[in-house]
Amino acid sequence: MQPFVNHTGIAAPLLKDDVNTDQIAPVLHARGLQEDYKAMLFHRARRREDGSEDADFVLNRPQFRRAGILVTGHNFGAGSSRESAVWSMLANDIRVIVAKSFADIYRENCLQNGLLPVVLDAQAADAFIARVLAVDGAAPFTVDLVTQRISGPDGCDIAFEITAADRMRLLEGLDDIGLTLKHIDDIVDWEARAAAAQPWLQTAQDGR
Amino acid sequence: MPRTLLDRIWDFHCVGRRADGRDLLYIDRHVLHELHAHHAFTRLAREQRQVHRPDLTFAVQDHTVATKPGRGDDTNPSGSAFIKAMREGCRNNGIRLFDLGDPDQGISHVVAPELGLVLPGATHAVPDSHASTVGGLGALAFGCGTSELAHILVTQVMALKRPKSMRVRLDGRLGPHVNAKDVALRLIAELGVAGARGYVVEYAGAAVRAMPIEQRMTLCNLNIEMGGRSGFVAPDETTFGWLEGRPFAPRGPHWDRAFDYWRTLKTDDDAVFDRDVVLDCAALEPQISWGTDPSQVVAISGRVPDPSAVEPARRAAAESAVAYMGLAPGTPLAGLPVDRVFIGSCTNARLPDLETAAAVARGRRVAGGVAAMVVPGSSRVKREAEALGLDRIFREAGFFWGESGCSMCAGGNGDRGQPGERCVSTTNRNFENRQGPKVRTHLASPATAAASAIAGRIADVRQLAAGFA
Repeated sequence: MQPFVNHTGIAAPLLKDDVNTDQIAPVLHARGLQEDYKAMLFHRARRREDGSEDADFVLNRPQFRRAGILVTGHNFGAGSSRESAVWSMLANDIRVIVAKSFADIYRENCLQNGLLPVVLDAQAADAFIARVLAVDGAAPFTVDLVTQRISGPDGCDIAFEITAADRMRLLEGLDDIGLTLKHIDDIVDWEARAAAAQPWLQTAQDGR
Repeated sequence: MPRTLLDRIWDFHCVGRRADGRDLLYIDRHVLHELHAHHAFTRLAREQRQVHRPDLTFAVQDHTVATKPGRGDDTNPSGSAFIKAMREGCRNNGIRLFDLGDPDQGISHVVAPELGLVLPGATHAVPDSHASTVGGLGALAFGCGTSELAHILVTQVMALKRPKSMRVRLDGRLGPHVNAKDVALRLIAELGVAGARGYVVEYAGAAVRAMPIEQRMTLCNLNIEMGGRSGFVAPDETTFGWLEGRPFAPRGPHWDRAFDYWRTLKTDDDAVFDRDVVLDCAALEPQISWGTDPSQVVAISGRVPDPSAVEPARRAAAESAVAYMGLAPGTPLAGLPVDRVFIGSCTNARLPDLETAAAVARGRRVAGGVAAMVVPGSSRVKREAEALGLDRIFREAGFFWGESGCSMCAGGNGDRGQPGERCVSTTNRNFENRQGPKVRTHLASPATAAASAIAGRIADVRQLAAGFA
């Protein structure tokens, strides 16, 4: 996994709650194994009914076309577990999402892919949103995972919390499977114990 | 120390704690579907990693398969690459696939229970957010993304932070034509779409105990729509009776041992939950969604709310929902003309769901101009329904009767509505554009959906039933 240490980018405000993964990465009519994740991101929201670009959608506005940080409300990433809703962010070089809260599966998918999910409490979030709106894409913000701070124009400096474990995984870009495989002996031992204690769990045979 | 059932299942399955503080939770059964699996197979091949327990891993084709009779790999052109990649990946990795044409093909959350792949007190994972459907049998199930799917394939564990526990007690006895779908929609309306985030929910109470397994699965299916990654019902005699004799269920002495163990799977009387919720279901009416998230729900006798009267934090969402749905505040839901009705999905396409809908449709006709379809949750459900003559009832009433799959729930197979259509759907998400661009989805039970198809308008099944009694 690509490590995350810090990221500097334009912060785009998508100030809604409950943005779901159907919106972030819609199921498109024609699809294949190799999908265009860059084009997928907010595909429907970016376009009007006639297929032309919706100039009002935040990521279509000139100052936010190359945004690197998305700023949003509560429960971001609700709904389907599709990981394309994270891959499509990365394909657009958005490597940080600052939200008031995230849906559980989406947050996990972020951590698995080196996309930093920053949760700010309501007060800090509102302060940051005010900054983002005031700056309006004119200058970038920097999100630093080492110092756990968001800095930006006019002395903006906001601290954020993240568990030490999630922080370490992101900073070192740790391979999650590799981390768990250090415990493969424990897993095999568990299987032997379970086979004795609840043998029906360790075998799945078609009795027909 | 008194323990919840979540504690018991978690503690038994916890293999160890990883350096980053996450528990490694052993997954007893892992079921894949074609939309996500190929990414994981490709990754495993690239990293030269093996599937640790192919014998505990199963796969189905469900998200992209066509529902047309006589379907094949290419009937839905945008699904064929996924279907073929799934077949190849399963062959290369020694995983049993319930493929197109297999008598056990169907939606993973329907197939796994009916095959007895899901057992009380067991853990289960599917790369799909509705994985906890199978919690209806007392299993602890987690939906996951593609990276976690690859992780489970290689290690047979999930690395999870221990969730908090919530108990939802459902009191009272459900009225006629009211079922688990209505209960779940009401609950989501009360708790909100993130009300159970961070929790595993145990559903308890008299109303749950009275539910057949299929309704318990509907209840647990919708758990994710209030943000909970997992939810379950403690197993009881209904559960054991339902499971006995299923193809993959334990047999002989294993069954006897399992049975003795399963009967102990309960939350201790004095165990404490992080959150307790009570919902009285005695006076509950059939429910229907009016908006674009599954918490925007009213009783069938209710009206579209006025966004200006909605709490400030939810007001903008309500305004946007009312506009998308093409509804004027104050309009009664019942009576709104509908263009399309879909009865299907992992939420509501098991045999009793179809029986309920067929009982409404029997001897009646779908209203003119309404496109109505029934898609069984599995090929087995389809056969069983046909043995009961339900297909004939539906066809004679004017419903399309399809082959099994996820179909119009998310439209991944090309089944979708036309822009602007109003659709009553037994599925789980009324998100904008989910059932097709600009399609307006109203979530409801199979009975309400069938009644609405007949009436050509959103209908209160209780009135329809009374009118024809």
